Amino acid sequence: MTQAFNMADLSTALPEVVLSLVAMVILMLDFIVPKGRRDWLGYLSVLGVLLTLMVLCRQWGATQSAFSGQYLIDPFALFFKILFLASGGLIILMSIGYLRGEGADSGEFYALILFATLGMMLMASAVDLLILYIGLETMSICIYVLAGFLKRERRSNEAALKYLLMGGFSSAIILYGIVMLYGLTGATGLKEIASTLTADTLSNPALILAMVMLAAGFGFKIAAVPFHMYIPDVYEGAPTPITALLAAASEIAGLVILLRVFLVAIPGLQDRWALLFYVLSLLTMTVGNVVAIAQSNIKRMLAYSSIAHIGYLLIGVVAGRELGISATLLYTVVYALMTLGAFAMVILLCVGEVKGERIDDFAGLAQRSPMAAAAMLILLLSLAGVPPTAGFVGKLYLFGAAIERGYILLALIAVVNSAISLFYYMKVAVAMYMRDLPPAGLALSPSRPLRVVLFVTVVGTLAIGIYPGPFLDLAKSSIAGLW
Amino acid sequence: MVPLSHYLILSAVLFAIGMFGALTRRNAIGILMALELMFNAVNLNFVAFSRYLPSTMLQGQIFAIFVITIAAAEAAVGLAIVLGLYRNFKTINVDEINLMKW
Amino acid sequence: MEWLLFVPLAALALGTAAFVILLRNPIYCALALVGTFFALSGLYLLLQAEFVAVVQVIIYAGAIMVLFLFVIMLLDVGHEPPPWLRRDRPRLLLGLGLVALLVLELAVAIGSWIAPGIRGPYTSDYVNAVGNTQLIGRLLFTEFLIPFEITSIILLIAIVGAMVLARRQ
Repeated sequence: MTQAFNMADLSTALPEVVLSLVAMVILMLDFIVPKGRRDWLGYLSVLGVLLTLMVLCRQWGATQSAFSGQYLIDPFALFFKILFLASGGLIILMSIGYLRGEGADSGEFYALILFATLGMMLMASAVDLLILYIGLETMSICIYVLAGFLKRERRSNEAALKYLLMGGFSSAIILYGIVMLYGLTGATGLKEIASTLTADTLSNPALILAMVMLAAGFGFKIAAVPFHMYIPDVYEGAPTPITALLAAASEIAGLVILLRVFLVAIPGLQDRWALLFYVLSLLTMTVGNVVAIAQSNIKRMLAYSSIAHIGYLLIGVVAGRELGISATLLYTVVYALMTLGAFAMVILLCVGEVKGERIDDFAGLAQRSPMAAAAMLILLLSLAGVPPTAGFVGKLYLFGAAIERGYILLALIAVVNSAISLFYYMKVAVAMYMRDLPPAGLALSPSRPLRVVLFVTVVGTLAIGIYPGPFLDLAKSSIAGLW
Repeated sequence: MVPLSHYLILSAVLFAIGMFGALTRRNAIGILMALELMFNAVNLNFVAFSRYLPSTMLQGQIFAIFVITIAAAEAAVGLAIVLGLYRNFKTINVDEINLMKW
Repeated sequence: MEWLLFVPLAALALGTAAFVILLRNPIYCALALVGTFFALSGLYLLLQAEFVAVVQVIIYAGAIMVLFLFVIMLLDVGHEPPPWLRRDRPRLLLGLGLVALLVLELAVAIGSWIAPGIRGPYTSDYVNAVGNTQLIGRLLFTEFLIPFEITSIILLIAIVGAMVLARRQ
């Protein structure tokens, strides 16, 4: 039973070890590199992420459990680890110019992003409730700090406080769900929990309550309605790269543990939790889209739009099994790409006094920089789900999975929602192309790293949109053996 | 021996008290303290289960230790956030900290 | 004998917990919370979890609450009227409603509790024979090695984060 530590276990966690070492090196170098030259720490962090990716790719196709069965590397974990690392790298690239603009460049920022990515990687590999919880907290604590990183900015303080209180509250609820699962089964491993739950335990009200509490707690973490109360404020107040981290990475990480727990530990309750997520999905996309229409702040609008996209992602969870879950996986990649691109555009417009947070700031962008306007247009079309972009393909598979499994009404409402969303995304496009440049408009000078981010996200969005085959195959092969 | 259900009820009531506090308190530190109550309620459950389940791996107690540690880390970061907030707002009443729509 | 300890400790935990969320002066709230921690620590002893009981006192009462008290005193936190004297009725009702729902559900859940449980090697006789603290120490470095290591990173994050946020620019 009690087994000693061995090297084979360590090698399964090698990517995580490398990433945390890189983060610690960045923390130490922060003392040596003088202020003003800390961009280099950002580039070094990106290198660290690339190194981790290389180490990670050696686990391609492998399935191995380690650390007394608490930790699992499988294609599912690998898929999301690559996604998180890529997102983390892009977010660091975005931050380099942003921090310089805010006069807050520091190595801690990059190190904390790396640690947050580490937390997400742990969540992807966790098959034990303990690791799952600890990974979640690693990510959350980093994000509390990062959200409040601009100390002189009052909105940043406020965002950090709101995220902290909400995060703590949701953690407590998740923990209560976990403790009830533990109490009912005597196990914390997801597989053991599933094997202990017999037919007569499955109808136990305590188990149902545990399920509801876990769903509510994860609902907070993925910002599903009605657990989204603070999310728009947090998104608006946090530094823009961190908003991107929250939207594109942390919510997906929440979705990953949601998938693992519900698919692996309590698959016997699928009828019930599918119904639960049906309601959540419906509420989430409808509220997200309808409220987004009224927003004039672009970060806030994107916040509601990301809430709406979480609603779409949940459709795949409702549909379930190969078709639904693989569609969800594909859409997480699509969603991460276009969200990161959109927030990179918001950062791009942070020039001088224009903070790039009002939709009006996009006015006349086509005259200032045709390239940037074209990039934004592609991202907006993808967010709205117009062909030939990735957003269209992703939604096609999601809604297709729902129809296949008989959730016609849900698919129909999702289509109506997409039509609604077109309205507010096009508001930005109209501002860019139809309205005149305000007299104070300056020339845009995107920093080189930001250009890379925009290039990657736009090309990625188009690539998945035009040639989705390999990505879909990857998503399908990644869920093999998940349950 | 005190039956398990008594511990469960005690923990449930503690959790409910903490939840009520977290929802109704208006002072950021007060909310943080209410959250600590909720974590403690969960811990009581963990330890009670680890005692009353037929025979276990002691996961309950181990889990409780980790929850305590993480709560400490969270409290440190949380109080630092409150401190920074107070510098800028001169208050820690969450009703007054409302630049954006709450 | 066990009842003789359980009842007062439980009463103490509930009473102090109620004070934590009802008292007006945050310092009293913090002190009441220390009371809750001690009561729970006593309960952990009853449950034969000596190590958790000690950790509870050292970390919760010793470290976390000192931090809370320190910040409260540093910040000159104003008094807060108790919930029933405030005007935000909707929030109060929401709170009460949610809590009532929770208690109801928990009552149903606990009423129907059945715990089959996976059989592990550690019966309470075995734990008593080896010693709780020894056993936990051994488990932390073998079975639960990876959470233990990640926790060290979390503590590092907390140190760096608290420093970043609290130091003046």
